[in-house]
Amino acid sequence: MRYLPLTDTDRTEMLARIGAPDVDALFVDVPEVARLDGPIHGLPMHASEMAVEQHMRRLSDKNLAAGDAAFFLGAGAYRHHVPASVDHIIQRGEFLTAYTPYQPEIAQGTLQMLFEFQSQVARLYGCAVANASMYDGSTACWEAISMAGRVTRKSRAVLADGLHPHYVSVVDTMAKFTGDTILSATPKLDAGCDEDALIAQIDDQTSCVVVQYPDILGRLPDLAKIAEVAQAKGALLIAVNTEPVALGAIASPGELGADIVVGEGQALGVGLQFGGPYLGLFAVRNPKHVRQMPGRLCGETVDAEGKRGFVLTLSTREQHIRREKATSNICTNSGLCALAFSVHMTLLGEKGLRALAMENHRLACLAADRLATVPGVTVINDSYFNEFTVTLGTDARDVVRKLSDDGVLAGVSLGRLYPDADGLANGLLVAVTETTSEDDIEMLASALEEALGVEVSA
Amino acid sequence: MARYFTEDHEWIDVDGDTATVGITDYAQGQLGDIVFVELPDAGAKVAKGKDAAVVESVKAASDVYAPITGEVTEGNPALEDDPALVNSDPEDGGWFFKLTIADTGELDGLMDEAAYKSFCDGL
Amino acid sequence: MSAPNASGWKPGIPTAGDTPAGPATATGNRALMLEEPLIFELAGNDTTGVDMPEPDNAAPNRLGGRERSAPIGLPGLSEPETVRHYTRLSRQNYAIDLGLFPLGSCTMKHNPRLNEKVARMPGFLDCHPLTPTQSAQGALEVIHQLGEWLKTLTGMPAVAMSPKAGAHGELCGILAIRAALEARGDARKVILCPESAHGTNPATAAFAGYEVEDIPANANGRVDLAALEARLGPDVAGVMITNPNTCGLFEPDFRKIADAVHAAGGFVYCDGANFNAIVGRVRPGDLGVDAMHINLHKTFSTPHGGGGPGSGPVVFSEALAPYAPLPFVEQLGDGSFHLVEEETAGEHHAKSFGRMTAFNGQMGMFTRALTYILSHGADGLRQVAEDAVLNANYVLRSLEDVLHAPFAHSGPCMHEALFGDKNFTGGLSTLDLAKGLIDEGYHPMTMYFPLVVHGAMLVEPTETESKAALDQFIMALRSVAERANAGDPTLKTAPHFAPRRRLDETQAARKPLLAWSDPALV
Repeated sequence: MRYLPLTDTDRTEMLARIGAPDVDALFVDVPEVARLDGPIHGLPMHASEMAVEQHMRRLSDKNLAAGDAAFFLGAGAYRHHVPASVDHIIQRGEFLTAYTPYQPEIAQGTLQMLFEFQSQVARLYGCAVANASMYDGSTACWEAISMAGRVTRKSRAVLADGLHPHYVSVVDTMAKFTGDTILSATPKLDAGCDEDALIAQIDDQTSCVVVQYPDILGRLPDLAKIAEVAQAKGALLIAVNTEPVALGAIASPGELGADIVVGEGQALGVGLQFGGPYLGLFAVRNPKHVRQMPGRLCGETVDAEGKRGFVLTLSTREQHIRREKATSNICTNSGLCALAFSVHMTLLGEKGLRALAMENHRLACLAADRLATVPGVTVINDSYFNEFTVTLGTDARDVVRKLSDDGVLAGVSLGRLYPDADGLANGLLVAVTETTSEDDIEMLASALEEALGVEVSA
Repeated sequence: MARYFTEDHEWIDVDGDTATVGITDYAQGQLGDIVFVELPDAGAKVAKGKDAAVVESVKAASDVYAPITGEVTEGNPALEDDPALVNSDPEDGGWFFKLTIADTGELDGLMDEAAYKSFCDGL
Repeated sequence: MSAPNASGWKPGIPTAGDTPAGPATATGNRALMLEEPLIFELAGNDTTGVDMPEPDNAAPNRLGGRERSAPIGLPGLSEPETVRHYTRLSRQNYAIDLGLFPLGSCTMKHNPRLNEKVARMPGFLDCHPLTPTQSAQGALEVIHQLGEWLKTLTGMPAVAMSPKAGAHGELCGILAIRAALEARGDARKVILCPESAHGTNPATAAFAGYEVEDIPANANGRVDLAALEARLGPDVAGVMITNPNTCGLFEPDFRKIADAVHAAGGFVYCDGANFNAIVGRVRPGDLGVDAMHINLHKTFSTPHGGGGPGSGPVVFSEALAPYAPLPFVEQLGDGSFHLVEEETAGEHHAKSFGRMTAFNGQMGMFTRALTYILSHGADGLRQVAEDAVLNANYVLRSLEDVLHAPFAHSGPCMHEALFGDKNFTGGLSTLDLAKGLIDEGYHPMTMYFPLVVHGAMLVEPTETESKAALDQFIMALRSVAERANAGDPTLKTAPHFAPRRRLDETQAARKPLLAWSDPALV
């Protein structure tokens, strides 16, 4: 077995040192009935590197890779070009095969990277402090609601109807067990967000208002207006962002008054990966809220010789010290994804991120204008960044499945996201990034023309 | 004014029906460098023997129990900016909170300074 | 002419005398030990390492008045500067690729590079989580196949693949337990955890709304069965027990514990963090487990990545299976794979407690773990457990004469060896020994955990270390332990040769500096 260095001679010598007759003697504490006497049934025997690679290649080839299609899927996971150097750096063994930096003297690489990452995220979000990452955007969203409960000592969360329905599901799941009250609603296919309807739900018992920006339909809610009312009622505004590239073009949630900003960082550096691992981002505008934050935090300090160095800090919030009184049970986070995000962001810089954002927006406008010319297609949004909603005049799920067979991944149908909302069944989310070519847009438009034309004539 | 001590290493200065609470020099020595103190808000009701504050070192968080039942009137604002006061001046400037005593009878079971000293010597 | 290297020196042999410090350098660097500024100090806001079209001001703008006006303050570097920055940082890290990484309970084993290659195959890396399922059959097959084999390896009938890490898996298991209890109208309030439990166990139980009570350990470092039985009752929802436990010992009474908990109407959660010690040799399902998470980043060697990502699939007993979270993968009669989401869950999976994460779990970890399992096979996995246990016992028996080994009398350990600080003198602590080990070129073991042993040191060598590597490590640890036992004051100031000396964690916590700010603006 190529990964196991011990030889039989080694094993014999080591057993002699231990004073055990054989390796079975080391498993003496396992009750006889629970010991398997040979290799477990139902699994193949070991295989060569080449054989395994071939097997996995066959499985990979059964998927339609985004790069092999005209691709328009988004809804919380976005395809962007990842520079080659990002993957090179995250594959360096000193990053890839390191552990959580609990021994700071020999983990300054990871720690300085995390400090830089936290600083980048804080700036992008317009916040004072960001943590060293969460699992993904959806779990970060729940953690933010949980934190708002600790800060305000209230437990009624109002979710905007534009919050990703899977995020709403995660929140509902957790709230069932914690007893928090969650108010949520299904979005309507309107051109803009209805901030007034949301604001009307905020009362003195509200711990937080949760608003996605851009929202699930791609619209851009007025955070400042919501923040003002929420804060006047003693509630926190939690802004959720699932597309960090957007923040190169639109104002940051922090500068618009959000108290906690969370999001999905996957779009930068991480890749689609069928949903994970992703990168939860978590930041707060008020530094006084830091002690209620979940997750790891890296801070600057000095060593015994006075040199600057970095350590994990404020650990008494965390499970390994505070146990049942911890702010969260999170332990392992998304360290390597944070590195990928940070490297990609460093390569972009301010200039690159703004240019990338504008290119996304330019292509999205181009796509919306082209799709609007397809008979049967109506563009819903009056504002958007790189994703918008169209209606097709027929069930979008069927159209998406049909186009997939023709190598066009047309978008995410609202019917899949909201199976119980009949009024949304014709809706389709279309995401456009710098990886989308004008040819791709034309392919989508003509495929829709054909599909909807068939529908109409049938 | 009289000072009493608990077996959990809190001290309490009593002046009529008001009192000031902190942790002892022995306690701060055991905890090491204090990095943060979480104090109860004014108006909070605390109960004898129950959690009232949290004191944190780098690697540990310890509950501080109320020596006596009462209503908190004020936390020590100096500890927010300078938690190290608990190390440098635990039994005076590093006080934690003041409260209004609900029942002075609860003081009966507490130790005086001599009793507390011999209690610590026995640890 | 003298022969080259007449001294016979080779790596691993100490040099005589103290190491000279040498003169100060103008840069602060020490040859290959290179200091590296922060990106904020290296870069301005107008450099970039990507080529993008210049923004076209005449292009349409549909941002609805939300345009960003203020600068973000993000530094940018060209590609060569970026590669150099992160390469220099990487060299300040210890890693498995550099040497034995004996962190007990963390399972720092070699990460096979084939797994990395496979995870980057376009069909896996470049596949959207909401792509129509007919275009993701390979991805769904990976999830399904891995799930089937996790069920086989644990002897359990059901699996949930979506939890994102070990602690998230714990939460999944505890939520399923709570959902099952609530379904029978049973509002039990208490979860029992041994004192030696990982901190995530009580934190998880509390997060799920439970009160947590300790179960004491006996003199052999195992759960005190009598004390546990005495505590069981109609208010106890279940127990969370790590097996092998955090002292590196198998719980021989686990089956009896499980039977007692079941008889009292509760459920048994097993923390599977240490499954690597028994994989392929023992099936937890045979021991009465109702739910157990498996850290793919431990047992199945997906990389730790400096703190994540992890992956924490959870296997379930029949009793809990109906409550497993969405989404999950099903194989249909025609052999194709189907993703069960809210859209289709209503009829057949109505008892599911809900969704734990936006998408389908840690696919990038599934491909790596499946590759690992295929590479090892049933025979290789069994050998993994045997070699992990053999290596740990070799360390235990090679050092028990210098380091206090509190449970060594009770028999062999499993995959990790536990020591305490009892023999140290001169006011030296476990921390000092750990920092001394850094100077010898090793990452320290897990320190001060589990809490049941004073100054605990938990050493997990893993199966991917050769005998020569173990012998070198044992020699180094023996040397540092002898210095600690003799009260050597130079350990108090260790490490001396790492990129940094001891860091002031008190200052970091008292005056938190958690993001960079330009000194010129402060």
